Parts: sequence; structure tokens; C-alpha cells
Amino acid sequence: MNSVEGVAIASRGGAPSIFLSNITKAYGETVALSDVSLDLRTSEVHALLGENGAGKTTLMKILYGLTQPDSGQIKADGVALQINSPRDARAAGIGMVTQHFSLVKNMTVVENIALAIARTFSLDLDSVRDAVVAASTRYGLEVPPDAIIGSLPIGLQQRVEILKALMSGCSYLILDEPTAVLGPQDIDSLLEVITQLRSEAKIGVVLISHKMAEIEKIADRVSVLRRGKVVSSSLANGITSKELITLMVGEQESGVVLRSESQSHGRDPILVLDSVVVKMEIGGLNNVSLDVRPGEIVGIAGVSGNGQTELVNILSGTLSIDSGTIAVEGATLTQNTPQLLMRAGVGMLGEDRHASAVHALQVMENLVLDCVDNFATKVQLNRKKMLEHCESAINQFEIKATAKQVFGTLSGGNMQKVLLARLFSRKPKVAIISQPTRGLDVMATSYVRSLISKARLDGTAVLLVSEDLDEVLELADRVAVMYRGSVIGVVDGANASREKIGELMAGIVR
Amino acid sequence: MKVRFTLRSSMPWWRGPMLMGAAALVTFLISAIVIRWAGGSPFAAARYMFISPLQSKFGLTEAVLSATPLVFTGAAVAIAFRAGYWNIGAEGQLLAGTIGATLVGINAESLPRFVGVPLILLSGMLFGAFWALSPALLRTRLGIDEVVTTLLLNPVALLLITGLLNGPWRNTETGFPDSDVIADSTKLWIIWPDTRVHFGLAVGVVIIGLCWWFVGKMSGGLKLRAVGLAPGAARIAGLPVERTLLATALVSGAIAGLGGASEVAGVAHQLTTGISNSFGYTGVIVATLAALSFIGTLFVALLFGVITVGSFSASRALQIPSTIGELVQAILLLTIVSALVIKKYQVVWTRSKSQVRD
Amino acid sequence: MIDITQEIIGSSLRIATPLALAALGELVTEKSGVLNLGIEGIMYGSAFVGIATAAQTGSLSAGLFAGFITGAVAGLIFAFATVTLGVNQHVAGLGLTLFMISFCNTANRIIFTSDGGQVRVDPWQPFNFGGPIFSQYWMTYATFLIAVPFTWWLLWRSGLGLKIRAVGENPEAADVAGIGVAKTRYTAIIIGSLLMAAGGAFITLAFVGTFTINIINGRGWVALALVIFGRWKIGRLLAGAALFSVVNAGQLQLRLLPSFSDVPFEILLALPFLAVIIGLAVSGRNVPYPGAYLKPYKRL
Repeated sequence: MNSVEGVAIASRGGAPSIFLSNITKAYGETVALSDVSLDLRTSEVHALLGENGAGKTTLMKILYGLTQPDSGQIKADGVALQINSPRDARAAGIGMVTQHFSLVKNMTVVENIALAIARTFSLDLDSVRDAVVAASTRYGLEVPPDAIIGSLPIGLQQRVEILKALMSGCSYLILDEPTAVLGPQDIDSLLEVITQLRSEAKIGVVLISHKMAEIEKIADRVSVLRRGKVVSSSLANGITSKELITLMVGEQESGVVLRSESQSHGRDPILVLDSVVVKMEIGGLNNVSLDVRPGEIVGIAGVSGNGQTELVNILSGTLSIDSGTIAVEGATLTQNTPQLLMRAGVGMLGEDRHASAVHALQVMENLVLDCVDNFATKVQLNRKKMLEHCESAINQFEIKATAKQVFGTLSGGNMQKVLLARLFSRKPKVAIISQPTRGLDVMATSYVRSLISKARLDGTAVLLVSEDLDEVLELADRVAVMYRGSVIGVVDGANASREKIGELMAGIVR
Repeated sequence: MKVRFTLRSSMPWWRGPMLMGAAALVTFLISAIVIRWAGGSPFAAARYMFISPLQSKFGLTEAVLSATPLVFTGAAVAIAFRAGYWNIGAEGQLLAGTIGATLVGINAESLPRFVGVPLILLSGMLFGAFWALSPALLRTRLGIDEVVTTLLLNPVALLLITGLLNGPWRNTETGFPDSDVIADSTKLWIIWPDTRVHFGLAVGVVIIGLCWWFVGKMSGGLKLRAVGLAPGAARIAGLPVERTLLATALVSGAIAGLGGASEVAGVAHQLTTGISNSFGYTGVIVATLAALSFIGTLFVALLFGVITVGSFSASRALQIPSTIGELVQAILLLTIVSALVIKKYQVVWTRSKSQVRD
Repeated sequence: MIDITQEIIGSSLRIATPLALAALGELVTEKSGVLNLGIEGIMYGSAFVGIATAAQTGSLSAGLFAGFITGAVAGLIFAFATVTLGVNQHVAGLGLTLFMISFCNTANRIIFTSDGGQVRVDPWQPFNFGGPIFSQYWMTYATFLIAVPFTWWLLWRSGLGLKIRAVGENPEAADVAGIGVAKTRYTAIIIGSLLMAAGGAFITLAFVGTFTINIINGRGWVALALVIFGRWKIGRLLAGAALFSVVNAGQLQLRLLPSFSDVPFEILLALPFLAVIIGLAVSGRNVPYPGAYLKPYKRL
């Protein structure tokens, strides 16, 4: 199964009618999309597959007019389209349901739909209501027309979004990870709806996802994006899940992984999670037990949305646990608040570096944010000490910035280095590191990884959560795979095979 | 020990009324301390304040009269807040409306009344909208917080009135800093014979009805609410957010200005420096307590009218300051908004000291 | 001409004192992500309680102290409502202002004006170090020589200030870094309220020596505007205070000119307010509000 660019593929769908050709888009130094071409047809479910950061969402935002490409063209029926706003996209018959719904929470279903379709001064809610009822019967999308959006379960809110897009007359519907927010029953009924839209209403559905099961079930065609490029585009029935996962996470990279002998043999675990449960409507954690020893890196692998974020959040103290225990050095924490975890010696690099720092503050101020009082003599901030601390961090971590530069003006790689410097200068016993290289360039990535290895040699226990399987395999002594909120298996890092891990990621235990 | 609030998933039906009752009780207790201090009996004061105005025709109609300006300012604030435009300048806009009304009133000697009355009301509206214009432009063009600019224009309007009354509009007969009495042709009709209740009340009720109809029933109203509730979603949905805010701000100012015209043409019949008894600020309380519902605004305004008239009779009978009415209104606002928030949460007491088990 | 210039500068400093104090207080509060519209009421409250206490005890210092207590209590109420309960900050602040004003007016009638009198004290007198510029109240000297540097130091050089700025920009990040968001906001609100209270007390205890209805007359709102005009920087904030005060002092001088004798002075009194609004308008777009401005913070 390889790239099939330029080769027309017979599909049950209509002739290709929207062409995206040679789309390139960069955010600063990060190239989100490079030279991507794709075609869409009506009466077809086209699945777009890829890891987070592979460029799926950016591509669809371009198609829906939420952002503009640096170069490339979009054509419909041979005519070039200029899509500068969602309004242009809808005029071209393209609708989109984003992950964060654009619904007004305190209004009713009918009112929300009226907002999208009402074009007259007087508002005849009754006729909009009739139209909603008619459309919902026609498309098989049952919604309670008079309910307040905020009171509806998320699955129904999503239906309203879909109905809204359909009623404003779209013939292409982009669904951005629609099942990420749904429970199992809702997923099934959504997939049914999508199938029906394709076969009966002749809608072309673009399904952005990274869940194999649903792609297998409903997709007619599958395109795989990896690091901003289309690496495969093929008919769905010609490709297996395992092949897709391999395409998504990449081939085994050449080069030998240099890994020194683990320091951790025979030492007692320092971080122990025992049967941790977090109940949430969507996601949550289901009986997670895990331990990390000093001088060891435990990598967490898994298709995103299987509990990794929750795991990181309970260890940063921003999400409280419902049952189970977290113990550090044999002492069980009564509550998992940020303050208690920090006092116990747990340090954190969050998955979103923008949420972990204060953009408007200087580099040196951000660097001491988690230990302000250590840098104050009585109450006066010791700016000299902060400056020295920061200068040494800048040298040690090769940060390309000055101490007094405002954090928000740094590049992604340098932001990450500042946050790592903050983490490691506390000399944490346990370091929780989440998505450390997401969106970084090659140089920064390899530097950040070397820092993590070095921490391991210094005897730090590292829990590494990453969607980049290469990264996990390169660094981890043990790999724990998460699936539907639990740890489904733990594999020794040195002998971990991609096949074994891929199976676990897909939920297959043998 | 440490207090923590967590979002409540469900609650028994009696919790809402119970918390409202608690808010009323706290309001009474705090006011009672002040009334006692002033040498009055709190229970007697409460009776004068809430019950006695309802027991006589005079009390009732005076309460309705006091409520009239609050109907306008309450509606002005409610419609602006519904669009997420924080207009705290209803006071200044109402005062601007009184200036506009007086300008017409003292210069319209020989007009028929059916021309004079619309003219004086229209002039008040235009002045009110004009007073709301610059903060609205600063907000929609430059992104400057309208709270500050609308607030700043309130004292300016009062100074402008004082200046006019000490200068060109000084009373030609008495020499006092009050304007001349407006022409008869611009005075509003009395709609309840032998009382002071005037046509302004009817206009206010119509305004409430129009606001309710527009915001609830028109597509423009739907857009207005969407902009107020979720500006981000509204922008994604392609709604003209800035234009909606600008239009709402002007309408809000016009309604407040109309309230000013109603005071000049309906009750005072001349401009004085004391023409507004903080009607604009009280309008914010009224609209907030009505949860920004227009019909609710009408009722809260009437309640406040009762309290105002009641506090004057309590003041006369018990020798306590009449400002106690304003105090009760302010405390009521603070306790009720707190109760509304507490209703949504459940209070959890936790040990703040961390303990390590094992 | 030099005399007039000196007069204008001297009286500008006096006029600017309460504005600068209140604006510094609002600055500290807003830096923590909270807008305190109670500013006008806190100034009103400390102005009244200050002079009332001074009149009863005969000590101006006791009055100032009572003003501070008033500010602290009002700040605590406001912090409880907005930080702990999460009440809308506009409504809570405006409610506090209306409460303080109506309470003080009521108390004023009960204690002082029921028999037609008015509260009066012998206010602080200016210290004259030579010339109209250096003939100022001690609180004016204290404002510009102590409160201004103190606030600058507090926000930009103290550990607490760093925490205040962090919770005002990104409370989630601050929380994860172990900074108590609620505690920091409470502290900022109370320090801010104390500064506002100092501004209010200055007006009755030094400036006028008496209390009349509407004595603050929108000074709180001006201070609020100065913070935005100053773009949350002390230097620019003081420049805004200077603009307002110079226009105000200037109009006081204008009134003395014969050619202006026909213009009602209230029209001139409105000029400083308009100057601030025009200042806001010309200082341009992209106002850098603190990242978490008006947003309550609750952990999941």
C-alpha cells in the first residue's frame, strides 16, 4: 500500500469535484502542511488519518476558510475557489463541525439553527422549527427542537451541529474528530448517520479521525497524513488497520538507538499509581496501575484520547481522582493538588507549553514561577539571583533567548527548553513529561530528547507521555500502552516490537 | 478548614426559594442594624417600606410614578447587557435625555400638544443615543472597554446640566439654578386621573413590550442574544458582532434618554440638578435582579418604586433617613446575586493542611 | 506667567494625589485579573468613615486608620463575592459602590446632618518647602515619594508581585506551578482597596476637611480610566493622572480670567473627564488587557 498520487481510484463516490492541490502552510518555523494534494467527492466517506500535529486539522481549516494557505489552490468543478471565511466555504457548499462546537449554549436548538439560516428581519421561529423537524426526519437526525443546547448531551449537540450544516445547504461535510467527544453508543449512532448521509443524501463526508475501528467500518477512502505530507491515499477495503497504523506512526527509522543500561534494576518504584479511577462523561481513567523506578523512563503509548491527558492531569494536580491512590516514595498522597505533588517531588512538563507558562512575563520570571519564594529575600524578589539562575539555565539548556525577553516572543523549541529548565532545576524525583517535542523542529527535538535521557542517567524517574511512537521507543525502558482509559499492557522497551505495540494500541491483547 | 465550592449536579426544588428567602433575611438583618442605629424600629420600618404604599391609592400611584424612570433605565441596561455590552452609562444617557427634552420644552411655546409631546420625547431619545455614541465607537473600533467610558460620561452629563442651569438656562423668574417650566404643549398627559401618573409610564411599558418582542421574536434579536452569550461562536457563525454591539448601544442610550424626557415632560416640568435620583445606576440593579428579563424588569422596577415611596413614609414616621431605601436596594442586589451563585454550587469544607498517610 | 505655571503645577499635584492612589490600587487589582468597580464606593466609604472618626476622636490619624479599615473590609467583601463565589465582577463592583454610597449617606444623616449640621474637621495643612509647587500635604509627598515606588516595587520587584502578574495572565499555569490563585487574588484586591481608601481619605482629611454628598464625584471612574490609559504601566498611568490634573488645575485658573467669566464653571469642570476619554481614544487600539481579565478561576 503506497502513495497513489495522480492515479484515479475507482470508488463508489461520484467524480472528484473539489481538488486541493499543492497546499503548503507554515506557522512560524513549523511547517504544518507541505505540498498536500487531495480530492473530495460527493457520496463518499473520505477518512483523513494521522497523529496529532500531522496537519489534518490545518488542512480542513484551510478548506473551511478558518485559515489561508501560504501556497496552493482549491478548485471546485475546475473553477478556482477563493475561500477567505466560513461564509465563502458555505457558499461553496462546504460545511464543517469543529471539535469545539460553534453553538450558543443558552439557546434552543431551533434558535441556533435559525441563527445560521434566518435571512429575514422578522424571525418566524415556527417555520424554522418546521424546517428543523422536516430536515431531521429527512436526514435521520433526531433532535429535540425546543431543548436548550447546554442541557443536551454532547452527542445530541453534535447532531444539531451536523443538522445546522446540512440545513445551510452543504454538499460536503467535514467532521473534525467527531467521535473524540462521544461515548460508545453515541459513536455507533453517529456512524450510522454518516453512512446514511453518504448513501441517501449524497453528501461527501470528510472524517478526520485516528480511530481504526470506525474507519474500518464506514470509510470508502482513506488518506494518511504524516508530518504535513500525504503518505497514502487509497480505497478503504484495500488496506488493513495494521498497515494504516504503520503508515501513521512511520517506518522504523534507521539508526541504532543508543541506550545505556538501565539504572533502575532492583530499585523500589518511586511513583506508584494503584487502581486509579477518574470518572468522566467522556474518557476518564479506568483502574490505572503503574509504577516508575528511579533512573527509569516509562513511556506511555497509545492512540490519543485513550486516557493519556487524564493521566498527566492527575499527576499535575489539575484533575482530582475518584478512587485509587498515588504514592510517591512510599507515602500516599491524601489529595492530588499541585502544591502537594510538587512538595512530594513530582515535576511536570505539560503537553501544551502555552498553557504551562505566562506569555506576558519574562523568561527569567517564568523560570522561577514554581518557586517564587526561593528567589525572594524576605518579600523582595532577588532579581540578581533570578538573573544568574536564568543565565546559567540559558547556557546549560542552550536556550536562544535573553533573560529579560518576554516569554511569548520565543520560538516553540526555546519555550520548551525554558520549561524543561524550570522542571529540572527543581531536581525532581519524578518528572512527568508530556508531548515534549510536539511541533518542534528536528534540532530542537533531538536536543529535548537528549535532555530527557540525561535526566534518567541522573536517577530521575521519568514518565514520558507521547503520541510519537518513535520517541517512546527511542527513550523508554518500559512502554505502557493505554487503551480506553486503562493500561492494557506493559512491554520492555529494549525488545518492544512495533507490531506488538501496534496491536495493543488497537486494543488487541493476545 | 477551608471552604471549597463544587458545581452542583442536581438540587432539591426548595433550594432556590430557600436561598432567596435567606437573601431577603440577610438584607433585613443588615438594614435592621442601621435602622436601629437611626433610632427606628426595623419591623415598623419594614411595614412602612413594603406594605403601607400598597394600602392607599396615593401610595400606590406614587410608587408607580417612582418606578417609571426605572422601567426605562432597567430596559436600557437589560437590552445592552443581553448583547454583552456593559453599558453602565444609563445615568448619563438619561441626563442627556433631560437636556434634549428641556431644549424642546422651553422653546416650543405655540405647538399643538400632539406635535409637542412626540417632539420632546424624540429629542430626549436622540440626546440619549448621542451620549451613548462615543463609548460605543471606542468599543467597536478600538476595543476600549465601554464600562470605563460610559461611567466617565455620567458625571460629565451632570456637570453639563449644572452648567446650563447656572448659565443660559437659569430660571428667568426666580433666578434659581432651575430651568423655566416647559411649554404646556410638551407636558405629558396624566393617564390616571387625580394622580401624577403620566403618559411616560405607558411609553415605558410599550418600550418593555418592544424590547421583549424584538429580542425574543426577531432575527435581529436572536443575533443580539447570540453575540451576548457566545461572541466567539457568533463570529464563527458569520454574524456581524461589531455592528450588533453598536446598534444595541445606541438603542440602549435612546431608551435611557427617553426615560429622561419622560421625567422632564411628565413630572418635573423643568430641568433641575436633582432630576435623576441615580435612576441610571439603579437601573443596573433592577435589570440584574430581573435576570435581564424585560417583563421581570417591569416588576422589579415597581418593587423599587414601592421601596422608594415606602422609605419616604418610613422616614417621616420614624425620623430615619430616607436614604435607607437606596441602602436596602443595594444590599438586596449583593445578597441576591450571591445567592444565585451559591445556588449553583455546593459548599464543601475541607482540611487545608496536607496530611500524608501511611 | 511663571507664577501661574507654578500654581498650576502645585494644584495639579494636589488634584492628582487621590487619583494616583486610587489608580495604583486599581492597577494592583487588575494585574491579578480582577476589575474592581467598587473603587468609587471604597473611596466614598473611606472619605466618610475617615472624617467621621476624625471628628469623633479628634485625631486625623485615627481617621485615616479607620479609612484603611473601611477599605480592607470592603475589599474583603468584594474578594469573597468575586473570587470565592465567582459573582460577575461588574455587578459585584457596582453593587459595592452603591452600597458604600447609600450606607455613608445614611450614616451621615444619622450622625451629623439630622439637626442640619455638617461634619467638619481641621484638615491637615500643607508643608511649605518654598513656592507653590512644594507646598503640599504630607499625603501628597507620601503618594509620590512612597506609594508610587512601593507599587512599582510590589508589582515588578517582589515575589508577591510576580505571583499577582502570573495569576492575572494565566491562572492555570500559575496553579500548576503551585501558586495559590485565590490567595494571591485576595491579597491583590485588599492591597488595592487600601490604596483606594487612602485616596478617599485624602479628600476629606486633607483636601476639604468636610463631607458632602457626592464628594468623590466620579474620581474613582477617572482612576479606572487612567489604568487603561496607562496600559497597566505606572509611568503612563501617572502621565494620565497629570493630564487630568493639569487640565483640571488649568480650568481653575481659566475661571479667574475675565474673558471666561460668562462660561459656567461646571462646563470647565467637565473638561478633565473629556480629556481622559480623548486620551483613551488617541492612545489607540490593541489595549493589552491582562490575559485573565474578568475571568474567575476554578480548578476542574
